[in-house]
Amino acid sequence: MYGYSGRILHIDLSNRKNWIEEKPESWYKMYIGGVTMASRLCWENIEVGCDALAPGNPICIANGIFTGTPVPVGGKYGIASKSPLTGMIGDSLSGSWFAIALKRARWDGVVIHGASEKWVNVFIDDDRVEFRDAAKLLGLGTFETEEAIREQLGDDQVRSATIGPAGERLVRFASVTNDGRQAGRTGNGAVWGSKKLKALSVRGTTGVSVADPQTLLKLSYDITQSAQGPYTSKYRILGTVTNMLNMNKIGLLPTRNYQEGTFEHAEEVSGERLSERYKAKMLACAQCPIACEPYSVVKDGPYAGAMTGIDYECLQAASSNLGIGDLRAAIKIIDVCDESGMDAMSGPVSISFAMESFERGVLTKEDFKCQKYPEGFEPNFGNAEAAVTLAEMIRDREGIGDLLAEGTKRASARIDAERRTETYKWAMNIKGLECPGYDARGLKTFSVGLAAGVRGGCHNRSAAYDPDIQGEVDRFSVDETRGRLASENEEYAAVYDTLPMCKFIRRCFTGKADRSGAWPTIAQLINATTGWEFGYDDVDLIGTRAHTIKKAFNIREGWKREDDDLPWRWKHDPLTKGPSAGHVVSDEELEYLKKIYYEAKGWTNEGLIPREKLVSLGMEDVAEQIGV
Amino acid sequence: MVTSTSKYKYITCDPEKCVGCQLCEYICSYTKTGEFNTYRSRIRTIRAEEILITAVACRTCEEAPCVIACTRDALTQDPVTGIISIDANRCDGCTWCIEACDFGAISINPETKLAEICDQCEDQEDGPQCVKWCPKEALELTTPDQRAQRSRHKLVKEEVLGS
Repeated sequence: MYGYSGRILHIDLSNRKNWIEEKPESWYKMYIGGVTMASRLCWENIEVGCDALAPGNPICIANGIFTGTPVPVGGKYGIASKSPLTGMIGDSLSGSWFAIALKRARWDGVVIHGASEKWVNVFIDDDRVEFRDAAKLLGLGTFETEEAIREQLGDDQVRSATIGPAGERLVRFASVTNDGRQAGRTGNGAVWGSKKLKALSVRGTTGVSVADPQTLLKLSYDITQSAQGPYTSKYRILGTVTNMLNMNKIGLLPTRNYQEGTFEHAEEVSGERLSERYKAKMLACAQCPIACEPYSVVKDGPYAGAMTGIDYECLQAASSNLGIGDLRAAIKIIDVCDESGMDAMSGPVSISFAMESFERGVLTKEDFKCQKYPEGFEPNFGNAEAAVTLAEMIRDREGIGDLLAEGTKRASARIDAERRTETYKWAMNIKGLECPGYDARGLKTFSVGLAAGVRGGCHNRSAAYDPDIQGEVDRFSVDETRGRLASENEEYAAVYDTLPMCKFIRRCFTGKADRSGAWPTIAQLINATTGWEFGYDDVDLIGTRAHTIKKAFNIREGWKREDDDLPWRWKHDPLTKGPSAGHVVSDEELEYLKKIYYEAKGWTNEGLIPREKLVSLGMEDVAEQIGV
Repeated sequence: MVTSTSKYKYITCDPEKCVGCQLCEYICSYTKTGEFNTYRSRIRTIRAEEILITAVACRTCEEAPCVIACTRDALTQDPVTGIISIDANRCDGCTWCIEACDFGAISINPETKLAEICDQCEDQEDGPQCVKWCPKEALELTTPDQRAQRSRHKLVKEEVLGS
């Protein structure tokens, strides 16, 4: 077999054992890699119904089909567990040298079972698994941990995936970091923390070989060259932060916990301003010739020394959505999240929740007592010092940070139960995963992609904001095409998340990013790597299977139709200013959208999956368990 | 020991342009071994702090210290191009050359246990593959003089003329 070794490594942290599972080529043809193979491994290995922080929840890592080859933007891996935030599939992706080392160690995937008694750094040294004492690594930030391990092992080619202090303290949205990149969302870091797994290190020394290296090299070279041109200029020049002003222009830039869609200081926190004042360099992930991440450094002011990579999602969450118009504070907040290993989207949205709760009188100054401010403080929107302090309190689970570290869904439920309040009205999450920087009120096609999204409030898996923003459809209204559109968009995105390949390359194959422009080249790349004979339809099916296995996982873990919902604010509280003012997604609209979306998927009215559908996708074993 | 080169070409990387994608390492190892393996690359990227990234390959020192250090005369330097060659029959993997090299440009083949070094892809028609592949044009095959000339041009254009 080319492209795969055929081996999955199983590691049991409870008994410190490991064993190899061999998978047939047919299994790889169905699940390929990335988030889909990781979700499938989770389906196969989880103790059904377990708590996300219990030993029965496995950590599932799946390599990429192009990882370790020159295929541009193919150096990624997927990770999945049951999410501590949502109780459903928590899949995440990262661009990663760690994955490349894993490929060279000849592992297609790793499944980590049980829980360790003592903090451990598991080291995969080609075929050998070592359980190393992690006591000296505790409390170290994510990047620091990697460096410390390299020093301990004396090899700068050793790559590690690590958790930071946030993961150690089981912050529910803690992330997994490798080489400064994050598998950020859904709280995988907390699962690692619950297993006392501080880091997973790899050294791999075998070369990666492919079926047809000449073809692969030629395709890779052409795509790499194409990625230096106009198809990627948005990403290469400013990065995704270019969206700050784009979204402000259409009135959908999240402002003060999504209360508004236009921010009076948008210019001051724009991608342009970041590039002028703070960007040091554009950085790339492994195997990436685009380099879309503006690494930014704060040189003056109270946050001097803060430095990290910035993209649109974490920037809006840490600036406009907190009412903060100072990039230095935003960079600092994101740096605290990255250093401590927590989701730089969910973290700041938990802070904006706290700020609104304070401004509405539900939380008072006394609620914010901490070591730095023993009298408490007043976290009004725009109070940068308060926001930075709250990020640190969440990291440390100090004071109210302990509650906010549970995520907005749990935090608001607890506050409302204790104080008889209605904070759920501004707890911006879907299924427990905090919302992204794309507001459903002005993106009606996307709204069903959000509501029905398998991992919760996520923009990336759906990508259905595209037809709305591009003006292909009316973004303020709903019609019979939207279900199909949302379904097609998410299955399109899923192909990239499965291989994995970064979506930013999508125009570089032929100049057209649609299926007909992308699938033929992707099929060629797959075939040159593996020797298979994939065609257009085979590539298409990758996306369908991706959503099916994840949905099946959710159903088996107790998903119900009413879980596909939107936050109260997006259903009842219209924006009052700007081009997107005056709209909500009404209950009728949402019900209708769900109905036509399930239809487009071939699911039942209840959103369940018919047996025949699963069997037609080759998933008989899944049909046995949850097919209707 | 003075290590300097003034007349030979060598492959150099501009840290301002390098993004650390490692495509140079893949293409080098593939060109030499048919496999993609950064452990087998003759050019190595190095990252210190998240933004200090560059790549290093043999810098064709005049009176190369590695040649002098080799106790078996396994290393020779071409008098015209400055490219170092390693005779696999003479090399015994003692690694004195690695210690002599200030730049870490020599590596040990993990299988043969013998020393390997960048040869500027002399046998390839289109020259050094890493230079050809680098998507950011961070790598170039140049002499120190040419490099300095370009820096001076850049200085005039950007700082003086402000373009």
